[in-house]
Amino acid sequence: MNASVPHIEVMRSQLGRARGLGAGGSGTEHWWAERVTAASLLPLSTWFVVQMFRLGGADHADVVKWGGKPVNATMLTALIIATFYHAQLGLQVIVDDYVHGKAHLPTRILVKFVTSLLGLLGVFAVVKLVVAGSRRS
Amino acid sequence: MQDIRKALYVGTRSDGRLIQRPMSPHLQIYRYRLSMVLSISNRLTGVVATGGAALGVFWLAAAAKGPKAFATARKVTGNPAGQLLLVGWLASVVYHTVGGIRHLIWDSGKRYDKEELNKDGPVAVGVTAGVSAVLAVGLLGVAAKRARALAKAGKAS
Repeated sequence: MNASVPHIEVMRSQLGRARGLGAGGSGTEHWWAERVTAASLLPLSTWFVVQMFRLGGADHADVVKWGGKPVNATMLTALIIATFYHAQLGLQVIVDDYVHGKAHLPTRILVKFVTSLLGLLGVFAVVKLVVAGSRRS
Repeated sequence: MQDIRKALYVGTRSDGRLIQRPMSPHLQIYRYRLSMVLSISNRLTGVVATGGAALGVFWLAAAAKGPKAFATARKVTGNPAGQLLLVGWLASVVYHTVGGIRHLIWDSGKRYDKEELNKDGPVAVGVTAGVSAVLAVGLLGVAAKRARALAKAGKAS
């Protein structure tokens, strides 16, 4: 075909191209969520490492006071949610790659369950620290 | 059939009989490359980092529960075995971060040629070792110093 004549290179509808989805109609969300959580974990985990320099070896009263401050509680909650969401996405890929047959679905559900519960435990620990902090002041 | 991929391994011989087709060679057949170790390490450190994050959440939950639970957590973070665990978590997080940054760079279409990949691999190992060592020594040092000061103040009062 003459290269200067306008033509469609790929057998794919223009709507399909605009939506950016493959033949499955979906599938980019998982990949994208993994990157977005990874990028947001860079500043959040750096913040946590700096905090650990301020907090390493501290006793209970100091840690409770630290966790009760609004900015710390916000950063901690964001870190916990991003961490366990990212962990869930990553572990899911590992399960998809290595666990076959009947065990696949239960293992995937277990991974979702455990990572979600750990994340919730972290969030409620922060909530309790905030409540304890506001009660004292 | 347990795994539908098995269907792809059934072929017909020239005489028409069904046979199991050979699988492609597995890991041990290939020559050792640093890139393959770094690739699987990114996964392994991701799993270890998740385990460490779980411990971190338990630490936070112990602080939220009360002084008694937090004293137990401090016993873990204060003894050498616990600190070895913490250093392992730290090193895993550092490598997973370095590997993750490399992945983000590759996603943007850069440093993805064979030569660049082979050049960046040893750099990633060096950065991981350096950053992990500095952070581990720094954090354990600061923690030990503060814990000692607290213990002293506790005795004085």
